[in-house]
Parts: sequence; structure tokens; C-alpha cells
Amino acid sequence: MTDGMKMKRVFPILGLLTAVLLSYALYEALVAAPTEQTMGNVQRIFYYHVPSAWTAFLLFFINFVCSIQYLVRSNPVADKVTNWTVIAIGIAACVAAFVIRPLPEGMEPSSVATTGLAIVGLYFLIKKFFSPERTDALAVVSAEVGVVFCTVVLVTGPLWARPVWGIWWTWDVRLTSTLVLWLIYISYLMLRRFSTSGQTPVLAAALAIFGALDVPLVYFSIWIFRTQHPQPVIGGGGSIDPRMLRVLLINWLAFLCFAALVCWSRYRLEILQRDVEETQALEALLEPRSSR
Amino acid sequence: MSPSARIPSGVTGATLTKDLRLEWRSKDALNSMLFFSLLVVVVFSFSFDPNAEESRQIAGGLVWVAFLFAAVVALNQTWARELRNHVLDAYRVSPAPANSLFLAKALGNFIFVAVLEILMTPLFIMFYKLRALGPSWQLIPVAALGTWALVVNGTFFAAISLRTRSREIMLPLLLFPVSIPALLAMVNATTAILTGELSPRFWIVLLSTYDVVFTIACLLLFEKILNAE
Amino acid sequence: MNFLYAAYAATWIIHITYLGILVRRYQRLNKEIEELRKR
Repeated sequence: MTDGMKMKRVFPILGLLTAVLLSYALYEALVAAPTEQTMGNVQRIFYYHVPSAWTAFLLFFINFVCSIQYLVRSNPVADKVTNWTVIAIGIAACVAAFVIRPLPEGMEPSSVATTGLAIVGLYFLIKKFFSPERTDALAVVSAEVGVVFCTVVLVTGPLWARPVWGIWWTWDVRLTSTLVLWLIYISYLMLRRFSTSGQTPVLAAALAIFGALDVPLVYFSIWIFRTQHPQPVIGGGGSIDPRMLRVLLINWLAFLCFAALVCWSRYRLEILQRDVEETQALEALLEPRSSR
Repeated sequence: MSPSARIPSGVTGATLTKDLRLEWRSKDALNSMLFFSLLVVVVFSFSFDPNAEESRQIAGGLVWVAFLFAAVVALNQTWARELRNHVLDAYRVSPAPANSLFLAKALGNFIFVAVLEILMTPLFIMFYKLRALGPSWQLIPVAALGTWALVVNGTFFAAISLRTRSREIMLPLLLFPVSIPALLAMVNATTAILTGELSPRFWIVLLSTYDVVFTIACLLLFEKILNAE
Repeated sequence: MNFLYAAYAATWIIHITYLGILVRRYQRLNKEIEELRKR
């Protein structure tokens, strides 16, 4: 098991590096970053809340990609169509980034283009390096770790909102969409756990697709609702102090490394578990009847 | 028209008529749903005792929650009869397209839940002294679109839940999160019509979009779900 | 200020709990592998 041996050697080093990076990021967030004018020190929750959100969304997106790939792999026509659609999305994002003026609040042309290219890159990277069964394992892993990070977002959000805006919760676009995403993926994990079918990956993948279709609708519906009933926006939008941006990105990098390590070990666990189950199943088949 | 082209609507129609006829003869599901709905209305009216003004504000939410629970009761038994008699296995090996089965089931559920809603509405009006200040005819498209939104996803998730332990609890667990935008639209549209304050147009458009998106998604994916053993 | 520390603490409590769950599953899995090896 060369993978396992490689992991045993490399993992602790990477773990230590990540711990150092996280500590540095924590220091930056708590001490080095400038204090916000209106909100005071509580605003520093931002440096944990936002990176966790971005990481969670990235992980859920990986799950979405894995689900699509798992569903289309059996049909070569659908596979090709999906490939070209993904490429088209990437091109559209790059074009839209520089053509559409003005962009919606908070979006920069460079980040829109990068996101588009990242989507394409992620899709084909996963396709190349993960066989269908491994793709499903990755789907489980990203869903689980995604839920963990999403929980962090939903806990830190109200803890930030309460001292600043005086309320624990509000049905604003971002919080509600995040809550729905969390609920959908909890139901995804429950489906995985309670399913007795041999084709659980297919069922779960279908659910993930439904979830992915749902979230934009939630976002849009809350947006309409909010324009009819104006309410505070948690987390604000608009420009950000470059010093704060730096601290934010450092924290995001640290949490990404942390998430990658957690995913790696969860992935290893999943593969091992599947191997063990396969071996147990084979043993049960080959077991001579006399010993039972 | 070649026979194979005629088959799809034939299958849908046949399955739908069979379901409706079976249900009419036994009235199993309909009776339990009826009684359940009545209970829900009564319990709700004990918990909330609003005056006419307040009830217009909250009735939208109350009514749709009640309909949602009734729909879940209906949806849970969607595939139960098929499972009992191994009809699903027969369906899998037949050349009939999976979508016809899905459409038949979804339409059947739609009819059941619609009947329920028609029976429960007078009770709600009575208990909550409801009177729509907005154009009340608009409640019909809202109810139709909203019911279809719940039923189409519900039938799909009922098929998924077939292959899980705790089947009956799995269906609402899967259905509720995905239905949130539809529920939001339904409740807000109903409240808008009852209070007459805002236009329900956006919500109706949203509901229609939701219906279109998810009907297409269900039709595309149902075959895979049906064949998952 | 208390909210700030609560938020940071909550974040790490959640992460450490999850890591603990993973460790326990690894241990259980290793036990199963040992049993399989013996047979």
C-alpha cells in the first residue's frame, strides 16, 4: 500500500506546516489586522467566517462536479455534452467578466474570470485523476467536510450578528442560502447513511443535482423578498481595506490547507473502508458452508 | 401513428387511470389524508386564535404548512402499492419509458392533494374568518403551481426513499430543504393576495420557474432512479 | 469581545470534534483490518 506509506511520511509534515500557517493567520486576525471603525474588535470574526464560507462553497462545488461526472459517465453522449458545456461556461465567464458593465456589487472582472477558469480546471482535473468509484468517494468526502465548514459559518454568523446588529438571525440572502445549502447537504449525508440500495451513489448524485438547482432559486427568492421587506445585510458588501483583505486571504489560505488535509485523511478512510467491505463481502462469499 | 409513438401517453394514461380507480375503490389514502387534514386544521385553530386582520397575515403560512403535511402523507404511499406487488420490477423490464410512470404517479398525487386542498379550504376560511382583500381568483394558479412543485419533487424523492431504511421519515427530510424556495413563494403569494398589499406577480413567476426547472430535472433523472436496484 | 472569542472557540471546537470522529473511525477500521488479517 504505497499510498498509505507515502501518506504516513508526508502527512505529519504537512500537518505541522498547516498548524503553523493557521497560528500565523490567527495572530494576524486577532492582533495585526487593523480594528474596524464602526464594529470594533468583534469584526475580527469576519476573518474566520468568510474563509469558512468560501471553503464550504468550494467543497460543495466539488461535490456537485463529482455528482455530475458520476451520472454522465455511463452515457458517452451525455459525457461529451457536459464537457463542452463546462468549457462554454468557462469561456462565457471570461467574456462576461470584461464585457458586462457594470458588474453586480462586490464582483471584480479578474475574480469572475478566475472563477470561470477555476470551474473548468476543477472539472477536468477531477475527471482525469479520479476513476468513477473514486469520484464517488470524493463526493462523500467533500460533502462531509463541506457540512463541517458550513456549520462553522452558521455558528459564527449569528455570533457576529448579535453584538453588531442586535439580532441572532435574519432572513437575508446570504445567511438563508447558506442555511438551505447546509440543510440540503445534511439530507444528502442522511440519504447516504440510510440508503440500502447498491446504487446509493446514483441516488445521492441526483439529490446533489437537485440541491445545486435549488440554491440559486433560494438566493433569488430571498433577494426578491428582501427588496419587498428591507432588512439588515449581514456581512456587508462593497470595498474592503487592503490590509484587511490581506489578513482575510491569509486566513483563507490557511483554512484551505487545513481543509485539504482533512479531506485527504477522510478520503483515505473512505477508500480503506470500501476495500475492507469488499474483502468482507468476498470472504462471506468464499466461506465454506461447514464453518458457518 | 406508429404503435411505439402512441405508447407513452397510453402508458401514462393507463397508469393514472389504474391508480385513480384503485384509490376510488379502497379510498385508503384519501380517507387517512382527509382525517389528517381535518386534525391539522383543528389543532392549528386551537393554537392560534387570530382576529380577521391578523389571520390574513398568517393564514398563508399556516395553510401551506398544513397542505405540506397532507401532501407528505399522500406521497409516502405513492409507491407502497407498487412495492407490495413487485410492480416496479415488472416496470423496469418492460419497454415502457420510465417518464410515463413518473408522470402518472405525479399527476395522481397532484389530483389527490388538490382534492384535499379543495376540501380543507372551506374549513380554513371558517376557522380563520378569512376573506381575501386582493384578487382571490389568483389563489387558484398559486395553489396549482404550488401543489405541483411539492408533488413533482415529492414523487421523485419518494422513489429515492424507497431504497432506504426509515422510508417514511426520509421523504420529508429530502423534500423540505429542496422545497424551501417554492414554499417561500407559495406563502408569500398567498399572503400577498389575502392582504392585498403587494403584488403576487413575482412569486407566481418564481413558482413557475421552480416548477419548470424541477419538472425537467425529475424527468431527466427518473430513469436512473428507477433502475437503481 | 466575548462574542469574538466565542466565535473562534466555536470554530475550533467544531473542527476538533470532527477530527475526533475521524480518529475514532480510523481506530475502528484498523481493528477490523487486524481481524481480517488474522483470518
